[in-house]
Amino acid sequence: MSARTIIDKIWDAHLVRAETADTPGILYIDLHLIHEVTTPQAFTELRERGLPVRRPDRVLATLDHSTPTLPPGPDGKRPYASADAENQVRQLEANCREFGIELNGWDSDHRGIVHVMGPEYGATQPGMTIVCGDSHTATHGAFGALAFGIGTTEVGHVLATQCLLQRKPKTFAIHVDGRLRPGVGAKDLILHVIGIIGVGGGTGHVLEYRGSAIEALSMEERMTVCNMSIEAGARAGLIAPDDTTFAFLEGRERAPKGADWNRAVTYWRSLASDPGAAYDSEVHIDAADIGPTITYGTHPGMVTPISAAIPAARDDQEAKALAYMRFTGGQALTGEAVDVVFVGSCTNSRLSDLREAADVLRGRRVADGVRMLVVPGSVLIKREAEAEGLDAVFTAAGAEWRDAGCSMCIGMNGDIARPGQLVVSTSNRNFEGRQGPGVRTVLASPRVAAVAAVAGRIADPDAFLEHAA
Amino acid sequence: MKPLTEVRSRTAALPFENIDTDRIIPARFLTTTQRAGLGRHAFNDWRYAADGGDNPEFPLNRPEAQGCAIVVAGRNFGCGSSREHAPWALLDYGIQAVISSEIADIFRSNALKNGLLAIVLPEAEHRELLDHPGQELVIDVAARTITLADGRAFAFALDGFARHCLLNGVDQLGFLLDAGAEIDAYEQRAQDTRYTVETAA
Ligand code: SF4
Repeated sequence: MSARTIIDKIWDAHLVRAETADTPGILYIDLHLIHEVTTPQAFTELRERGLPVRRPDRVLATLDHSTPTLPPGPDGKRPYASADAENQVRQLEANCREFGIELNGWDSDHRGIVHVMGPEYGATQPGMTIVCGDSHTATHGAFGALAFGIGTTEVGHVLATQCLLQRKPKTFAIHVDGRLRPGVGAKDLILHVIGIIGVGGGTGHVLEYRGSAIEALSMEERMTVCNMSIEAGARAGLIAPDDTTFAFLEGRERAPKGADWNRAVTYWRSLASDPGAAYDSEVHIDAADIGPTITYGTHPGMVTPISAAIPAARDDQEAKALAYMRFTGGQALTGEAVDVVFVGSCTNSRLSDLREAADVLRGRRVADGVRMLVVPGSVLIKREAEAEGLDAVFTAAGAEWRDAGCSMCIGMNGDIARPGQLVVSTSNRNFEGRQGPGVRTVLASPRVAAVAAVAGRIADPDAFLEHAA
Repeated sequence: MKPLTEVRSRTAALPFENIDTDRIIPARFLTTTQRAGLGRHAFNDWRYAADGGDNPEFPLNRPEAQGCAIVVAGRNFGCGSSREHAPWALLDYGIQAVISSEIADIFRSNALKNGLLAIVLPEAEHRELLDHPGQELVIDVAARTITLADGRAFAFALDGFARHCLLNGVDQLGFLLDAGAEIDAYEQRAQDTRYTVETAA
């Protein structure tokens, strides 16, 4: 057989029926992750048609989007943003009971953002097909899985048949070679990549991140990179599994054990793209070119090195975005006063991200007038962070330490900013109104976000921390 | 899904690029557990003024856009989240077709499954329609053509299966359920030939 990419290999291994000119292929799905927002209508459909869930053992559910991140009040009631939000959570609880699906609900250590839960459990594994009614499902690609977001109708398809109708996507190799500069991390890397290929650059493709700079990343960092593949228009992005991947998975609750583990690793090692495998598109990036990177517009492709001036608007679209952000081309972004800082989301809410923010905040204070929210990705991460005293660092600095959930990434649970406020956020989308109507969002790494909180303005972390030291 | 053979309407233009799903339906309206009734929140934060009345600046609020079922939008329409609430909201709002030079994958897949035509045209043809809104178009699903008022026709690509499903109102879940025996066989085969992992005890 000719040289194949990892994408081809996973695809071929999951074809129940190959595609033809007239019909899409039938692709088998190994793991289906579900949450409260994109599933109620799918369960309704199943119920109306009298269909069972085909493989409840391949479905894992959690509560994350509509869930409050503040604890229950004295009356024991959770502070849901609305009766609808509470109803949505209750419906998922009821649907999971009725259809025999395992729910990581309010009493579970693994409750949290759906894309944090899967890897944490070891349920996310190389070579799998993984779907979820959520576009950041690409996060799981960090493990060498083919993972992508689907709509609610497709959620119903997978619940009923464990399969999807799909045409094979194109492949796109993103080579990042060389060494990242100190203080530059995965978030800077992926923002830089999106700036280069553009917000529609990956449409119709699965991205494979490769090269020495990618291989050097930890699993947490790889998840940050793959997470934002959708921001480049790609449904999925992945990284071939290697020893870093296996070390992360070994011993996790849902990872294979004993002889199964050895068999699995042998299989996983065979997944890497063959030498000479051809891609539909390729781009080469030098890691040394990447600095601390930040967005200045209303989509994640409008990025700039933090120390550079904002580029002048090249067309009406960019002019409109700059007007919304109340920025002008040619101005420096550093020095802009910040109202809110959010550390969290499936992009940057893992323990390593919290440590990165805490390292900046230790012994410092959040500037007067700035509100900072730190929201761990899961209950387990919250507990681990507390065990090493990170919560104390955050609260001593004047930040709010919250319960796990999506929180201000999407603002469905009531965690939003006010119109006109400038938010420096470690999440993945800076769309108009994403964090509340009229709110202006700047995307950055946990380090850059924490520095903004302390400085009260957007600041170059290297210059700021050196000066403050 | 009802069969869809043709859309005939004047066009309205949304000449903005990268119209994302948060623009189409803001996240705070996703707490619904129904499909119906989302039309009143389509383009919510764009369409309504601060006092709750119509925002006169929003292109689809203009008098000439009333009753238009075809929207011509700037490049990369529907980017962002996988929320199917976006096509549900547009359909409920009265839109039956969106034309752009680039449409995000998940949005397009969701749209077609709900009978909302998501049509990608080459740059020049897209530009012509975007620059000249208000003309009556006839979109013929079987022929995969858009006929302009002056009689010219623009061809567009539409996957044969999606076309078949639109024309016949075919429900794709039924198609998958019919493959049940093949899925059984695959589950057997995969267990033998590749490492598979059960996700729950
Ligand atoms: S954290 Fe944000 S991007 Fe991630 S799943 Fe939640 S809402 Fe979506």
